[in-house]
This record gives sequence, C-alpha cells and structure tokens, in this order.
Amino acid sequence: MSPVARLNVLKVGGLLLVFAVALALPALAPDPATTNIAVFTMMYVGLATAWNIMGGYTGYISLGHAGFFGFGSYCLGLLLAHLGTAAGYAPFMLVPLAGLATAILAFAVGWFALRTRAATFVIVTIAFMFMLQLLAENLVGLTGGGGGLSFPVPPWSGDYFNTPYYYAMLVLALVGLGTSWLIRHSKFGLGLLAIRDDEDKALAVGVPTPAFKLTAFIVSAALVGMIGGVYGYYVTYIYPQFVVDPLIGISMVLMVFLGGLGTITGPVLGALILEPAQLWLAYNYGASRLYLVLYAAVFLVVILVLPRGIVPSASDFLARWRAKAAASAPAATRQ
Amino acid sequence: MTLVLEAAILGVLTGGVYALMASGLTLIFGVMRIINVGHGALVVLGAYLSFAVTRSIGIDPFLTLFITMPVMFLLGLVLQTVFIRPLKTDREALSVLVTYALALGIEGILGYIFTTNYVQLKGWYETTSFPVGSFRIAYVYVFGFVLCLAILGAMFFVLYRTTFGSSIRATMLNRTAAQLVGIDVDRVSAVAFGIGMATAAAGGVVFGITTAFNPGSHYDLISRLLTIIVLGGLGSMRGAIVAALIMLVSEDITSVVVSPVWASFVFFVILVVVLLVRPQGLYGVRVRDRL
Amino acid sequence: MSLLQIDGLSKRFGGVVAVDDCSLSVQPGSITGLIGPNGSGKTTVFNLVTGFIPSDKGAVSYKGHAIGGLGPDRIYALGIGRTFQLARIFPRLTALENMLVPVRRKGLRALFSGASWGHERTRALEMLEFLDISHVAGTLGGALSYGQRKLLELGAVLMAEPDLVLLDEPAGGVNPALLERIADRIRRLNERGITFLLVEHNMSFVMNLCTEVVVLHRGRPIATGSPEVVRADPAVLDAYLGA
Repeated sequence: MSPVARLNVLKVGGLLLVFAVALALPALAPDPATTNIAVFTMMYVGLATAWNIMGGYTGYISLGHAGFFGFGSYCLGLLLAHLGTAAGYAPFMLVPLAGLATAILAFAVGWFALRTRAATFVIVTIAFMFMLQLLAENLVGLTGGGGGLSFPVPPWSGDYFNTPYYYAMLVLALVGLGTSWLIRHSKFGLGLLAIRDDEDKALAVGVPTPAFKLTAFIVSAALVGMIGGVYGYYVTYIYPQFVVDPLIGISMVLMVFLGGLGTITGPVLGALILEPAQLWLAYNYGASRLYLVLYAAVFLVVILVLPRGIVPSASDFLARWRAKAAASAPAATRQ
Repeated sequence: MTLVLEAAILGVLTGGVYALMASGLTLIFGVMRIINVGHGALVVLGAYLSFAVTRSIGIDPFLTLFITMPVMFLLGLVLQTVFIRPLKTDREALSVLVTYALALGIEGILGYIFTTNYVQLKGWYETTSFPVGSFRIAYVYVFGFVLCLAILGAMFFVLYRTTFGSSIRATMLNRTAAQLVGIDVDRVSAVAFGIGMATAAAGGVVFGITTAFNPGSHYDLISRLLTIIVLGGLGSMRGAIVAALIMLVSEDITSVVVSPVWASFVFFVILVVVLLVRPQGLYGVRVRDRL
Repeated sequence: MSLLQIDGLSKRFGGVVAVDDCSLSVQPGSITGLIGPNGSGKTTVFNLVTGFIPSDKGAVSYKGHAIGGLGPDRIYALGIGRTFQLARIFPRLTALENMLVPVRRKGLRALFSGASWGHERTRALEMLEFLDISHVAGTLGGALSYGQRKLLELGAVLMAEPDLVLLDEPAGGVNPALLERIADRIRRLNERGITFLLVEHNMSFVMNLCTEVVVLHRGRPIATGSPEVVRADPAVLDAYLGA
C-alpha cells in the first residue's frame, strides 16, 4: 500500500477508534469522578469546535462567547421553569430551543459587532459579555439575579447520574464537528477562509462578507448556547458570574489555539488536553489562588512555544519529514 | 437638579482617573497594535503595590507613586520584552491571550499574597470634603484629578515635545515606515508599555483610595477601560480622554437620576449608540486595508 | 453604447485632488489603456469604479446602468472584475482553492452543493492550465512566486466570467518572458469577448496591446485615442516630462 493510502487508513482507523471509545466511555469507566471529567471534557470539545467556526475560519476573535453560553443556560432554565417540565429526559428535547434563542441574540449582536474590524470586534464582544452578565445580575425578576436560577433535578441517582449528560454533550459535540466539517468543505467555508486571509480581496471577488461573517457567528453562537443549556441542567443551579464566566470564554479560545486555529481536529485535541488538565489543577490547587497562576503559566507556555497550535505544527513537521525521506531514499527496489 | 450637577462634577473628576488609565491602554494599542486586556489587572497591581508600601513604611498613598511608578515602568519593560515581543504571527489575537494570561497570573499572585478580602488605601482626605456652592466635593477626588492632569500633561509633553516622543508617534502612525527611518521600534514598544504601566500605577492609587478592591476587581475595570478606548477610537489619546469624561459623567448622572444598578449599563448603551453611527469611534480613523 | 461610462468623476483626499472631473468611456471589446504620470489618479479611478471608495461627485454606469454606491462584491457580481497593483491572492489557501473562492451565484445550493462544485473545479483547472500554472494547483498561495501570483490573481478574477476586467499594472514587477505570456493571454481572452481596461506604466506593453489609450494627468483625461495618436500628442509628452 502506498504511504499516502496507509496514512489515510491510519487516520480513519484512529478516528473510528476514538469514536468507539467516546461512545462506550460510561461503560468503560463508570465511576462518577471520571464521568464528571468526561462531561466537562466533551463540553469543551463542543465549545472549542463551535468557537472555531467563527474564530478559526473567519479570523474574527470573539472573546464574548461566554455570553452566549450563559444566555443559552438561562434560556433553558427559564423555559423549563415556565413550561413546568418534569426533570428527566424531556429537558434535553428543549435544548434546541435554547439554541434557537441564542441564534436570534447572535443575529442582533453580530449585526452590530461585525460592522467593526479586528481589534474593535474583540472588544465589542467582551463588552457584550459583560453587558449580559450585568443583565443577568440585575434583571432579578427574570433571572433570579445574584440568587441564581434553579433547574429541575432529574430522578436518576448514583453512578448513572452523569451518563445522560455525557451523551447530550457528545451529541452536541458531534453536531458541532459535523457542521464544522460541512462548512469547511463547502464554498461557504472557502469564503470564510478567504475573509480571514484578506477581507477586502474577498469582497473584490464577490464574497458577500457581511452575510458570511454573520452566518458563521450565528452558527457558532447557537451551538455554544445549546451546550450552555445542557451545562445548566447538569449543575442544576446557575449564577450569573459562573455561567457568564470570562474563564469559560477564554478557555475555549485557548484550546483552539493550542490545537490549531482553523483546523477540524485541532479544537478537539486542545479540549482533550486542556480540560482534564484544568480540572486537575482546580482540584489540587483550587483552594489557593495559585490555581490561576498555574493556569496562566500553561497559557503562556502554549502561546509562546506553539503559536500555530499542535495540528498545523505537526502536519508541517510530517510534511518536512516526508520530503526529506523522499529526497534521500533512492527509488525503491524489490529485495 | 443640584444632585445632577454634583453627579456631573463627580463624573468629571473620576473621569480624569479613567482618562489616565485609558490613555495608557490606548497608547499601548497605538504603538504595538495589541489589546492589553490585562490593563485592569495592572491597575489593581499598582493599587496593591501602593497598599504594600503604605503598610510597611506608612507614607501617604499619593507619595508611594514615587516608588510604584518607576517599579511598574521597569516591570513593563520586562513584561513586554519577555511575553509580547516574541509574538510574531497573529499578533493581535495572540496578544489578547497573552495579556489575559498575565492578568490571570497577577490576579492569582495577588490573591495568594493578599487573600481575596477587600482592601482600600487610606489617606486623611478620604472622607473629608469642602463646600463649593451648595454641594460638597470630596478632597480625594480633587487630588486624584489633579494628579491625573499632571501625569497626562507630562505624557503629552513627552509625546509632543521630545524626540523620543516623536519616535513613539511615528511608530503609532506607521510601524514599518518608522523602522525604515531608523527608529528602534522594539525599544519604543517596550517604553510605551512601560509608560502604560506607570500610568496604571497612578490610576491604581486613585482607584484604590476611592474604591474598595480585591484581586478580582480587574474584570470590572477592564470592561470599562476597553469600552472607553473603543468609544474614543483605538489609538487616540485625545479620544480616550474625551470618551472617559463622557462615560463617567453619564454614568454618575444615571446613577442619581435612574439608579446605581443601571449606571454601569449606561456605559454599554453609549458604546452601542456611538458604534452604530461611527464604528471607528469618536476620534478613530476608518481603516481600509491597502488599496 | 459604451460598456463602462464615467462622467465627471471627482475625488479628493483632504487637500489632495486625486480625480478631477474625469470622464471617459470604455468600448465593448476593446483593450483600453489608462496611462499617466505617477499620482495622476489611475488607481483611484479603479477604486472608485469598483466600489472600494465613494466618489465625491460624478457618475459611473455599466451597460447603461448606474453602479455608483454599490459595494465591491455587488460590482463583481455584475460582471466587473479587477486585479490589484500588488497582486493579491489568499496566501493560506492553495492555488486551486484561490480559484474556487470567487462567488458567481448566491444561494444555498450554489454555496453547499457538491455537484456545482465539481463543475467549478473542472473550470478552475482548465483556467490554471490556460495560464500555465496548473502544476502549482496544490501549492499554497503564500508559497508561489510573484509571477505565479499575478497569473493566479487574474485566473481567479476570471472565474465568474466577467465582461469587463480592470487590470492594475499587469506588467508591474514581471520579467519580459512572462510579460509576453501575459499579453498573449489578455489578447486571447479579449478575442473571447472580454473587455479590458488596464493601468500601466510600461509604454511598450501598452502600445503593443491596447486598442485605445486614455491619458490621465492630475486626475483628469488630457488625451484619448489610438496608441499612435496619443503617443504623438504634445500635451501628453508635456505631462510626462513636465510632471
């Protein structure tokens, strides 16, 4: 088999293996501590993938996605409270509605924010997030303000408790990955990448940049909103500063940068590496403020050492290695 | 009505502080084209440094500036050289992450040393005020305002009356062209960052006297500072000052007229309104890439 | 009827008058050259026509319809393509991907269907072949040589089958052999029905290729006509030597 074909088989095989493990995880490691880590890790796989659709493909860095996360959370919580839905599996069915609501919010925010370029856009998204946090804290009648909002508590217990949440996060992560893949292999995706490289040139060749950017923003936000909804249901009680949390927003960004901005597997890799690490740090050092310092140190190391991220650096390395191998190896002869 | 006027005056006085902090932030953006989202943390750091100095040698907080400003300036040179200069590709995006990491690191270290309890800088003038017409103005705000005027004045002097200042301005206008005429843009960047940090130190003192703070206070600060520099136009010092005044006066008036709770919301409302009409901010320049 | 009609176009930047009451027309099927000393406003005219900057005064119409005020993407959709003074391509996309970016038809199907994409890929490869750069189809734009980039830029612009192409200094920074190739391709595309308006400093290139020449000086046309006529016009010589 030719080396290229062999590599492809490895890739597909590897993907299938990872997928199989992900699917069977709760059965393989049923203790709550592990499944808890799994829920959060899968959550960030989805978040990073969703963020990448905007930040990675168009190059417009949003640091306010935590706002959409929190919004989705509150949407689902309020929806459940108003509909009086019983806890159990039903709330999961309502998650897409939270996504829809977030999409509408993203349309409004995006329409406004995307009138600006690069640096201003980043700041406007940050401002949006703080604005949302303020609203969550002050619209006490609606959100419960600083007192928080409660979600119905499902009747499952013990070891099984985390499992439905894990699968919900897995489904959302797969939806995100599927969307990301579809976009990447479409003309729409090429247009987004063109915007990232040279927005004015993209305009000059007919790419409707405002519409494309807004669409990517909405898709990205809706996914994040849905994940936020499931998160709220998982933790059963949300507070403004913990759900519209800049740390969540920045973590998903860092994971994408670590894994490789604009790639499909990059965000997944970044999440798989950073989230367990983050949880471990929080568990062991969370009491003292050193947790933040260590996290910041990880941050800085990642950015300064691997600015392009793992996946692009690795594929660069592979390409160079292959070129060297091809150059030095004489024509293969049968022994 | 007098309440509104009093609020307006307070807004101008506190606006001065924010103007000082914001001009440091916008200077950093103008010279290096990076968004220093850690600026709020630097202000808090400055406040804690002053706090530590007053705790150990008992001098007035304003006097600590003679120590903290040089220290922060030097620290700025170091931070810029170690963490920001190495960024070559994707500068704007990566610098946001790096400066955020620095902010987190500072928050963590401060929390470790000082705990997360709220503290405040103390001075004799803290609660005393003097009468002007039918209302009273607290001394502390006036002192703070005068300090900010002085430092801003010094900044403008350096920028517009010294050769190094023109190097800074040249780098802000066109980095490549500045390099071509022999300006050491790396040194200019480091110094600009140092200046930014020194102004953060000064802002930190006034902030620390007028507000109780803890390591986590930087989030609220940075959200306001960022909003201010966007409103003023990224990179424009004049814009930062005008925007700070507008924002703070509006906030203080809203606080009295509507409620304190919604006062901070006014910040964002103004931002939205202005950006709708002028996406580049009040004094910003509409940027179209090379044509 | 002229394909592109410019009437009284004016634009100033602060105190500098870049384009001053400029009127000219481009005939369908022509290869029109727009020449003039540096600073005479040529690229600014391009930017005004293609919607990158708004004009202060004047009107531009294409095939009889006014196009002033439209954005660059709408103008491209109408059939006017342009290249830039310093060849602009998308460095992180491959040459082939560069060719597939231009948007001709909007709508969900055009953007997501695989079928129309297959068709586009074939056309793109044919165009790369026509421009002699099909061997770099898989190379990243950023890794191409300057001459390859220029050809790629032209190829990508042509993907939407424009009727009018504005070329900004197609001969700039190009070696003589490549220059001849570029001129040949332009001629062949012109035979297929594409009208060209090009800004150029290379006089021999212009004189050999263009059917019609307009000379701009200080933002307004001072001479129009066939290359021979313009070359002999004393006002033109004066502008170039005196400027």
